[in-house]
Amino acid sequence: MEFLIQNIFNALQWGSFYALIALGYTLVYGVLLLINFAHGDIFMVGAYIAFFVTAFLLGDFGGMASGALPGWAILALAVPLTMALTSCVGVTLERIAYRPLRRKGAHRLYVVITALMCGLVLENGNLALLGASRKKFPELVDKAIWTFGEVSVTNLKVAVIVAAVAVFLILQTIVTRTKIGMAMRGISYDKFAIPLMGIPVDSIIVFTFVLGSGFAGLAGLLFAMSYPILEPYMGALIGWKAFIAAVVGGIGDIRGAFLGGFLLGFIEIGVAAVFPSTLRDLLAFSILLVILWWKPTGLFGVAKTTKI
Amino acid sequence: MRRCVLLALAAVFLLSGAAFAGDTLKIGFNIPLTGDIPKVGESSRNAAEMLKEDINSAGGLEVGGKKYKLEFIYEDNESKAESAVNVALKLIERDEVLAIVGPNSSKQAVPAGGTCDDNRTPMISPWSTNPDTTYERPWVFRAAFLDPFQGPVAVNFAAKQFGAKTAAVIFDISNDYSKGLAEIFRDVWEKKMGAGTVVAFESHGTKDQDFSAQLTKMLAAKPDFIFIPDNYNQVALIIKQAHDLGWTGPFMGSDAWGSAELIDLCGKDCVGQYFSTHYAAAGAKGATKEFIDRFAAKYGYIPDDVAALTWDSTRLVLQGIQEAGEVKSSVTKMRKAIRDALASITQFDGITGSMKFDEQGDPIKCAVVVRINENGEFVFTEQVCPE
Repeated sequence: MEFLIQNIFNALQWGSFYALIALGYTLVYGVLLLINFAHGDIFMVGAYIAFFVTAFLLGDFGGMASGALPGWAILALAVPLTMALTSCVGVTLERIAYRPLRRKGAHRLYVVITALMCGLVLENGNLALLGASRKKFPELVDKAIWTFGEVSVTNLKVAVIVAAVAVFLILQTIVTRTKIGMAMRGISYDKFAIPLMGIPVDSIIVFTFVLGSGFAGLAGLLFAMSYPILEPYMGALIGWKAFIAAVVGGIGDIRGAFLGGFLLGFIEIGVAAVFPSTLRDLLAFSILLVILWWKPTGLFGVAKTTKI
Repeated sequence: MRRCVLLALAAVFLLSGAAFAGDTLKIGFNIPLTGDIPKVGESSRNAAEMLKEDINSAGGLEVGGKKYKLEFIYEDNESKAESAVNVALKLIERDEVLAIVGPNSSKQAVPAGGTCDDNRTPMISPWSTNPDTTYERPWVFRAAFLDPFQGPVAVNFAAKQFGAKTAAVIFDISNDYSKGLAEIFRDVWEKKMGAGTVVAFESHGTKDQDFSAQLTKMLAAKPDFIFIPDNYNQVALIIKQAHDLGWTGPFMGSDAWGSAELIDLCGKDCVGQYFSTHYAAAGAKGATKEFIDRFAAKYGYIPDDVAALTWDSTRLVLQGIQEAGEVKSSVTKMRKAIRDALASITQFDGITGSMKFDEQGDPIKCAVVVRINENGEFVFTEQVCPE
């Protein structure tokens, strides 16, 4: 029983990262019908930005006097700063890679290939700039380990899970309850008619990238705190898996991305907990394959027409 | 057009310049400068550069009464098995090196050893401990002890130090080194303590970052300690996550922990843990201390075992060249002479201890167990020599 509860917490934490990244995929896909394959690497950039922001706040680069701020204050500053800077990276990508192609009316296939290339540019740019050595993320907040019988939970684990749920609720509200959310859904519905209604399509798309990349930055920060070793390729595999999670959930749907992320987290941890962990990816993705086989549009997906 | 011609001419001159430089001895280095363990490659290169400067500033290496300058060619194998093979071929065919030092990790050294053996080029791996690297390969040598020796060292030390009766193991399934050592450890432990005393035997993949499911399973089995024969970058994550899951017991590690970067990545979670390795920097004496001091002054960190072993390996190659007697005109003949000289070395006093070579080209040498102290130094605890 305790073994089960412990693994549920493990799966909730691991699934939170998938969910946070999958939300970014699903937002951009929902609006533009574009699979932003660079998203996993934006997450990686977010983790590195978080590293440099905290190092700056800790005084490593002469930003502030060493020890001027307590750990929780640094964290409170690092969250908005990381999110803002990471969304700048996302918006830059949109500006220099996707928008010119969109203006020229390029087929979606070419935009997807461009996205793949952008991801590789981010990875290898990082490798060239910062070198191959791993970076160690500093410990900002004192770790508290709460033990109930055999079950151990850290404050960080709880924070990660809470953050994932909060982000989901915020996004769900923005998309379904606000005017700008209505505009996003409108572009998804018909991007040729929507400018005629006086809606600035480019600004809405930029806003979508700001949201998606900002939350990838948050995921990067939380990931760096949970698994404090950063390397240039850390976003590649987790990005791919989160994308699959978003597809299984029904890409374009926010609830789908959220549930898909947690579903993948639970399957992966569950398989590793019961079977030899060599089988983890094999079984996990076989299960997801079966789900798609049964429901090709994903759990919450709607065939064609409108998404988001 | 004219520019093309000029460029082509320049290229021809450069190439011919290189071809006519007959007074240099070329040695290749097949090392991981990027990928999972970049610090290992960096340490190797630093040690080799230091040795090269020593010799070249004294006029070069004396072979048969004549002095030759050394030229070291460093190629990045990206910590990947397939790249290590490509790098070996590149060094053998394009650069026509006399011998190759590296690769370091068994994951790359096992396949690259096959390539060097097939192409009749002497190779010496500084850091690889998997028996397959040199097994039935007359052209391949190494400077490190073997896992069949390291495994029992870890077993005996843990049994004595922790008073342990049961053990749990976590290892990287796609890494020859990690998998081989984990299996040796399990077999030796169960032979000593009885069947079923390795209560958990869990694997993970190279790119994994979350080990919580495996660790939960291991902790549920209540072992007396956890054995982690893994690379230092994964060790840092595994130990941290085990502590998060409430584990307070000891860990035991292997020589892949011994990187200068381990403490940077792992921090206070690693303090107090033990691992078996090739040498202990803290409290070294004689030539070893001299090497450590010079290296630390030059590069700003205490040399890890890879640096020391690369130094020894490169010196072995240079000794092989010297014992060949003269520099022959053809590269193939020279390679053969170096191999024969290396194979006939019976005793070598390196800074990682003195070693004898057996017929497989493996050294018989002692291992040390070190403890990580509060300052992150690797402190000598015990020396274990082969009987």
